[in-house]
Amino acid sequence: MMMCKEATRLMSLRLEQPLTPREKLSLRFHLAMCGACRECDKQFTLLHRAGEKVRSDMEKSDQ
Amino acid sequence: MTDDTSRDVAPGTTRMQRLSTLRPRLLSFARMHLRDNAMAEDAVQEALMAAIEKDATFAGRSGYETWVFGILKYKILDIMRHQKRQGRLQPLEDESDDDAVDRQFQLNGRWNDASRPDRWGNPDTLLDNQHFWKVFDACMVALPDKIARVFSMRELMDLSTDEICEILEIKENNCWVILHRARLRLRQCIEEGWLKGDSR
Repeated sequence: MMMCKEATRLMSLRLEQPLTPREKLSLRFHLAMCGACRECDKQFTLLHRAGEKVRSDMEKSDQ
Repeated sequence: MTDDTSRDVAPGTTRMQRLSTLRPRLLSFARMHLRDNAMAEDAVQEALMAAIEKDATFAGRSGYETWVFGILKYKILDIMRHQKRQGRLQPLEDESDDDAVDRQFQLNGRWNDASRPDRWGNPDTLLDNQHFWKVFDACMVALPDKIARVFSMRELMDLSTDEICEILEIKENNCWVILHRARLRLRQCIEEGWLKGDSR
């Protein structure tokens, strides 16, 4: 059974490249059972969105 | 018909004003990447000079701010390559364990009670909240150099791990390990500063 630490590795990897079907399945299974990891997954996604916001704010025109 | 490019190449006052409005934003972006005030100032100065010198080449295909931002990104990457060549970066091939990350988990791989991720609330509200950004900046500063560098290249500059590996001369797997650590460290640091901080 996959534990939280390994699940966070896959959550992070997922932001870089598609997971294999097996990885996807075991992550989905873990997330279904683990509330803390679901929050962690949302937080990783938020960090990713924060980066997007930094860029779009940079390119905002004040005109 | 006159050829536009043969005219005075100095930008008009409006663009000069836009550059000075943009400067603080460029500076904070450069700081996040270079983690050194003087170096960030230099990079921004060079980018602004280049924007002024090359004003005539701004084609208007993108927004002006986007164009200047692009010049700055190029300058920052240039500096990073240079630092890499001079060996001024800590070696990145370090596969050793990361204690700050290990402490978040029990030996069996489950979360430790003290670091179990908590709810952060609505992401849109969070990203519009100034206090959140203060915490985010402070947590970026708290990251070790090499971890911060890979994270900022990936998430703030939106480079692919391929590009990052090429510039920093590291293996892709190493890049993934570092990004995983960066995300875990940041999430914990932000959670402590954000949820448990008193000035919400």
